[in-house]
Amino acid sequence: MTAAIEVRDLHKYFGENEVLKGIDFTVEQGQVVCVIGPSGSGKSTLLRCVNRLEEPTSGVVLIEGEDITDPEVDLNKVRSRIGMVFQSFNLFPHMTVLENLCIAQKRAKKRSKAEAEQVARANLEKVGLSDKVDAYPAHLSGGQQQRVAIARALSMDPDMMLFDEPTSALDPELVGDVLDVMRRLAGEGMTMMVVTHEMGFAREVGDKLVFMDGGVIVEEGVPREVLTNPQHVRTQQFLSKVL
Amino acid sequence: MKRSTKRRLRHGALYALLLGAVAAIALLADWKAIQTNFLDKDVLASIWPEIVTEGARNTVVYTAIAFVGGLVLALALALMKLSPVAPYRWIATAYIEFFRGLPVLIVIIAFAFAVPIAFGSTLPGGSRGAAVIALIAVSAAYMAETLRAGIQAVPKGQIEAARSLGMSETRTLVSVVLPQAVRIVIPPLTNEFVLLLKDTSLIQVAGVGLGESELTNFASDNLNITSNGTPLLAAAILYLIITLPLTRVVAYLERRTQKAR
Repeated sequence: MTAAIEVRDLHKYFGENEVLKGIDFTVEQGQVVCVIGPSGSGKSTLLRCVNRLEEPTSGVVLIEGEDITDPEVDLNKVRSRIGMVFQSFNLFPHMTVLENLCIAQKRAKKRSKAEAEQVARANLEKVGLSDKVDAYPAHLSGGQQQRVAIARALSMDPDMMLFDEPTSALDPELVGDVLDVMRRLAGEGMTMMVVTHEMGFAREVGDKLVFMDGGVIVEEGVPREVLTNPQHVRTQQFLSKVL
Repeated sequence: MKRSTKRRLRHGALYALLLGAVAAIALLADWKAIQTNFLDKDVLASIWPEIVTEGARNTVVYTAIAFVGGLVLALALALMKLSPVAPYRWIATAYIEFFRGLPVLIVIIAFAFAVPIAFGSTLPGGSRGAAVIALIAVSAAYMAETLRAGIQAVPKGQIEAARSLGMSETRTLVSVVLPQAVRIVIPPLTNEFVLLLKDTSLIQVAGVGLGESELTNFASDNLNITSNGTPLLAAAILYLIITLPLTRVVAYLERRTQKAR
């Protein structure tokens, strides 16, 4: 089976600064891969290279076998297959929850209004926010906004989901609801790449844990093993600080 | 002395000062002269209702055309200024700097008189049309900078979210960036609108035909005919009647926007 995401020898420079120094990385279909590491380790940049929100300097990114670094590729098509959830939610503040979920379905996927709304309502139900259909994002808590953002990404029927520190901007008591939604999503077999600081989630839900530092993958493996018995000295240092 | 007593005394003194100033103006003013020169009923009757049906109406029409035209041109300029293609940025910058640096009066004269000589043909709408086009050209330069700032004030995450959902660059601009930018720029654009409304009074230097006068032109013509200041006062009141409700409308729009923030 082709891997959902395959990254080969990925380099990324910001000016003179090399933030990704040759990353090789795969996410198999249906796998949940968690990426951890100190800030500035390049983990978010790696995630953002997967749907080319960041332009890789060199290297190859294959999405379900298709090289998306090829300039000929239809990036909008590729992106509508990859759901993305941001640390800061990024809901559209001038639209209601329902409009947030429908706009890309209608404009990028060319779905009818009726179909888009049906899909949107089903996904809101999934994240437990059916009653917020007509609310504006400003009237929702951070946790609710993030769940709406997840529902928005899911409404495009993506083959995989990218999460960029989805709970880092949340008050501690709101983190649980968002993680519950992600856990359920993983249970349904969604392919997921999650940049996170939630070690508990990584241990419990993750199929693979990747530790990054200084723009390279230092260590990867089964989450429980990496977390309890890290092989590399830098992993040990990082984990001793966060656990 | 107690603190509250002190404050009451200070407030009392301020009120007394204000009353004194008002009384002084009322006493010093020559009310008789004011009445005959600015509040003449017969003069008012001679310009009514033309001061509204011609003067105020034309002012509103010229302003509306210049504002809408200016806004469209300004949007194009703002997008050019944000373009990844350098020559577009240069052209937009040059345009904005040029028209912001010149007095409106000179631009109107240039469009009405210099352009027809230089190109051997008049602009559409005659000299009045040329003057309105001049106002479009100038207001666009100001509004372009306002719009650019508004577009740039939309957080980058909004664009990333839209693009990550597979929306094209144009679609993102139309559905996500511009609606939010417009909300940001409504207050400064109202400012532009009021300035433009007042600048329509300069159109008269281009020379306008019968029935084409805007408020100031109409008032000053009638000032000359009647040798009486009543038309000026009437025009001033009409300007305020047009501009004052605007601030109400903007306050309402801002309140409505707050709901979605």
